[in-house]
Amino acid sequence: MISKDEILHVAELANLKFQDNEVDSFVSQLDKIVNMESKLSSVDTTGIEPTYNMGDTNTVFREDKGIHTQTREQMLENVPETDNNLIKVPTIVDKEDDE
Amino acid sequence: MNFETTIGLEVHVELKTKSKMYSPSPVAYGAESNINTNVIDFGFPGTLPTVNKNGYRLGVMVALALNAEIEHHTHFDRKNYFYPDNPKAYQITQQDKPLGHDGYIEIEVDGKKKKIGVEELHVEEDAGKNTHGNNGYSYVDLNRQGTPLIEIVSKPDMHSPEEAYQYLENLRKIVQFTGASDVKMEEGSMRVDTNISIRPVGSDTYGTKVELKNLNSFNHVKLGLAYEEKRQAAILKQGGHIGQETRRFDEKTGETFLMRVKSGADDYRYFPEPDLPDYEISPEWVAEIKANLPETAAKRRVRYINELGIPEYDAGVLTDTKEMSDFFDEAVSYNANPKLVSNWLMGEVNGYLNEKKIGLLETKLTPEHLAKMINLISDGTISSKIAKKVFKETISNGTEPEEWVKSKGLVQESDPAVLKPMILEILDNNQQSIDDFKNGKDRAVGFLVGQIMKQTHGQANPKVVNKILMAELKSR
Repeated sequence: MISKDEILHVAELANLKFQDNEVDSFVSQLDKIVNMESKLSSVDTTGIEPTYNMGDTNTVFREDKGIHTQTREQMLENVPETDNNLIKVPTIVDKEDDE
Repeated sequence: MNFETTIGLEVHVELKTKSKMYSPSPVAYGAESNINTNVIDFGFPGTLPTVNKNGYRLGVMVALALNAEIEHHTHFDRKNYFYPDNPKAYQITQQDKPLGHDGYIEIEVDGKKKKIGVEELHVEEDAGKNTHGNNGYSYVDLNRQGTPLIEIVSKPDMHSPEEAYQYLENLRKIVQFTGASDVKMEEGSMRVDTNISIRPVGSDTYGTKVELKNLNSFNHVKLGLAYEEKRQAAILKQGGHIGQETRRFDEKTGETFLMRVKSGADDYRYFPEPDLPDYEISPEWVAEIKANLPETAAKRRVRYINELGIPEYDAGVLTDTKEMSDFFDEAVSYNANPKLVSNWLMGEVNGYLNEKKIGLLETKLTPEHLAKMINLISDGTISSKIAKKVFKETISNGTEPEEWVKSKGLVQESDPAVLKPMILEILDNNQQSIDDFKNGKDRAVGFLVGQIMKQTHGQANPKVVNKILMAELKSR
């Protein structure tokens, strides 16, 4: 049985917030889905190569040429707030990326 | 209680491509904010990534240079996380089937050679850059978002901070000589994360590992690890236990500080990247990349010693960086005497770089100009004294040496028909010096040569002057 904590954990990873009663309904819904998928585990896959992609193409590379497909003005058009061509966002608490 | 240290390193290296790993936006260090971005880098819905062939090729080069096996059937994976420097909210990486695995780097510490294993190498993309204001806002520049990276994961084979330092030095040098990356810590094209744990000697399980961040130079890596070794040992000796945490190195105090406690494994929910197909890396392509791997520093060093007659120590200095070694090779290709090129690079050129605190490529000196100047000395056109003037002009202003020497009238005077009358005149006016010479005072010769040099503004060929002067002194 999937727990409420697991639901909350997954919700947090997905940046989603729910009301308490919503979480309860997700417990039963997701539990059904997980149970259904767990049937896959009963299939014996010994000696079978994993499939990572379903597409019928393979090994498609792009040549290394730097091109501007959009201008900066176009790219910043949908940014809520900019400052000196930088994207302004609420302060980032965890500063581990950029010391 | 004695402890044994275990260190593993994760090194990210930016690959030197023209465009990003999964988008055709240009890659350039220090460009105007957000100028090199497009809809893919911004993670717009409906956009699709494409894999940069050259980025992958450079990754294979690095893997081969580190003696790794190349994975022939691979695919990309999606690593999910939310952070403003990556608007897609995922990074495309290689989790299941990394580009290469099971390589090694040879190091030497205290005269002992040792192989440090490379667990795996994979290509992925860099994130953008955040700067933090103190006004409640942060500022995001997405130029770096999508820049090709190769992550090199070592095995936990290192047992001292010194070994980790050597591993990094050798890794940097090997990668630099492939030309796949600039590997500059100060520009962020090489970044190091470390894991360190200690355990009582003889124990067969590893201690709890601590992650160290904010290591901006190899020296900081060494200092940070040494501090951690002591800190952890002190805790264990007092019967305490080490927490699984990420710590930050403070360069001012040389200490490490708790950044955050790790509650569990990072929850990145990897899955195969659905926007990219599977990739077959053919043995033929790998063989071709291998055949075209640039000469390593070690091979260049041997070539300089054996084929060019450069002393061992000098050959070591010349191959310390690819920049210097390339410059040397190119200057020699203009038919300049290798030993002289080496002497100039190690002497005057290095002196200039140290004085100005700049790199070789930041000067205006070209290998061709250095070679021309050296050839002007070799063929007697200029004296080595004048050469120093020429050098200063060339390295500061990029002036072509031959033209400059001619236009400034700095060509050495070697014609006896010009020099002899001057010498005779100086002798006629300095009877005292002739007498001194006759009385066995050799210093008199130096004085006379000095007079001639003064009169010719240092342009007289000292050899020719000496020959005429001595013959004349003896005959008087």
